[in-house]
Amino acid sequence: MLSSFILRRLLAAAPTLLALVVSTFLIIRVLPGDPAIFFASSPVPTAEEITYVRQKLGLDRSVPEQLVIYMSDVASGDLGTSFTTGRPVLTELLERLPASLELALVALLLAVGVSIPLGVTAAIWSGSPLDHAARAISSIGVSMPTFVTGLILIYVFFLQLGIAPEPVDRIDIFIAQPPRISGFLLVDSLLAQNWEALSSAAQRLALPSITMAIFVMSPLTRMTRSAMIGVLNADFIRTARAMGLSDWTIYVRYGLRNALLPVLTTGGIVFSTMLGSNVLVERVFGWPGIGGFALNALLASDYAPVQGFVLVMGVLLILINLTIDISYGIADPRARRST
Amino acid sequence: MSRSFSFVSHACALVVRNPISLGSVAMISLLAILALFGPHLVPYDPNLTDLSIPFSPPTAGHWFGTDQVGRDVFSRVIVATRIDLMVAICAVALSFFAGILIGASSGYYGGSLDLWVSRATDMVQVFPLFVLAMALVAALGTDMRNIVLATAIVNLPFYVRLTRAEMIILRAQMFVEAARVAGNGDGRIMCRVLLPNALPNLMIQLSVNLGWAILNAASLSFIGLGIRPPTPEWGIMVAEGATHVVAGNWWLVIFPGLLLTLAVFSFNLLGDALRDLFDIRTR
Repeated sequence: MLSSFILRRLLAAAPTLLALVVSTFLIIRVLPGDPAIFFASSPVPTAEEITYVRQKLGLDRSVPEQLVIYMSDVASGDLGTSFTTGRPVLTELLERLPASLELALVALLLAVGVSIPLGVTAAIWSGSPLDHAARAISSIGVSMPTFVTGLILIYVFFLQLGIAPEPVDRIDIFIAQPPRISGFLLVDSLLAQNWEALSSAAQRLALPSITMAIFVMSPLTRMTRSAMIGVLNADFIRTARAMGLSDWTIYVRYGLRNALLPVLTTGGIVFSTMLGSNVLVERVFGWPGIGGFALNALLASDYAPVQGFVLVMGVLLILINLTIDISYGIADPRARRST
Repeated sequence: MSRSFSFVSHACALVVRNPISLGSVAMISLLAILALFGPHLVPYDPNLTDLSIPFSPPTAGHWFGTDQVGRDVFSRVIVATRIDLMVAICAVALSFFAGILIGASSGYYGGSLDLWVSRATDMVQVFPLFVLAMALVAALGTDMRNIVLATAIVNLPFYVRLTRAEMIILRAQMFVEAARVAGNGDGRIMCRVLLPNALPNLMIQLSVNLGWAILNAASLSFIGLGIRPPTPEWGIMVAEGATHVVAGNWWLVIFPGLLLTLAVFSFNLLGDALRDLFDIRTR
């Protein structure tokens, strides 16, 4: 049953993927604003120049024709060329993707590490001042724009206290980078046993990942709390209490394990928020990821990287949701029934 | 009549009893006053430069200090309230009404309309919200109308989905059948019978969305895709301050950031308060 469930989920992702490619195409091509005018090299392009660029970009063809060309390009891994760097967009994006993913994953770990204990405590003592405090902290966190949080952290920890490194790049430029294996600097420097690089990379990662984690703490804490309250009211918890099991066993082994599943579904929303805010966080911290890259391209009216970035973001989101769906199905057989 | 009266008194009782809702109502009232009368309340013209006092830290004359060209940060932060709230309110109002219209007809009539609407909302929701808003503004061009439009499009699926789901649940209920038997047409059933029942959840969504829309507009301005300088706007002010914060001029970032956070926080709290208000179980 499990394999057929996974297969069904994979098949269900196919139309979403198709919709993603179509909407990425639509966003850039059909909306007003002729890309050819932006692409024509001179500041005041002549009519011939525009026509030439339009032909070169295939903009003189009909929209459905353009869509088919775009889709076959995407399928063969050709996302166009960046006008500002002169390199293929796919290469540029793949080179920078690990930096963004490393940041998002570390931030997710931090957020989960804080919110789950916080949510569980809030649920156990719900209605207490502790519960209200947890709610207030996470509400403030989600209301703080990441770019403000980031700048405050830079001001306090880099400028005033001097304990954080300057907010530029992923690693100190005077430290030899470990050979690129996974692209994740933490993993690569561990593999190369380069402790100096590991500590530098971890230090650079600290502030941006904390910034992101603060922003996504709220949905995780809330979901943990409400799921936990639901579980703690269940009959089997009452039975466990009546049998005199220890608090730890009741809350963590029976309570938390059952409450984690609904929390998992929030993961998709949380990851989506993170992917969105990485544009802002990468800008504030000079982080060499895909968000900062796409933003620079956008400000330079270089649209191929932007299109590629939007596509990659969508694909990531589809993959994340697929993983969540499937792991949910593995953990809870009831979720395998087709919906 | 008596039902609406009990609802109002219930709301008042909740606001007074619950410090969270009282706080959010107070903060939103303050923001509304700043948005309406801000330009008349501030001590300086928000765009008045005074090159003799650049980067003045907060003083008695300039409560929030001055920026790189000696403009009064306090005046700019207060005046910015109107434009930030206006963008958010326009965008959310647009997606609220359009979303209800689309979602209600889609859920009520079903069929191929419903199929296409669901597909379209799926298409919008495969992107992270901010990334989509960014791409839309870039494609449409950066002016205020397009920021409103992009924010509205990004938020639209929430209202479509919510209204559609409520309609599907509600249209099978007995009281809807009764209204139909009594001779009411589709339009009347939708507006007078179905929508009022879907409204509580929509209002919660509305409040939370307002906070998010403010955040979104300010974020777009921060990355240079939104409202243009020298207009006083929170996102621009933080972006301009960001280049000077490394020189120790913290007030350029803290104060606009603080007001921005306060605005988003108030609407999030209001969402929480509405959730308490409409939740039957706590009544």
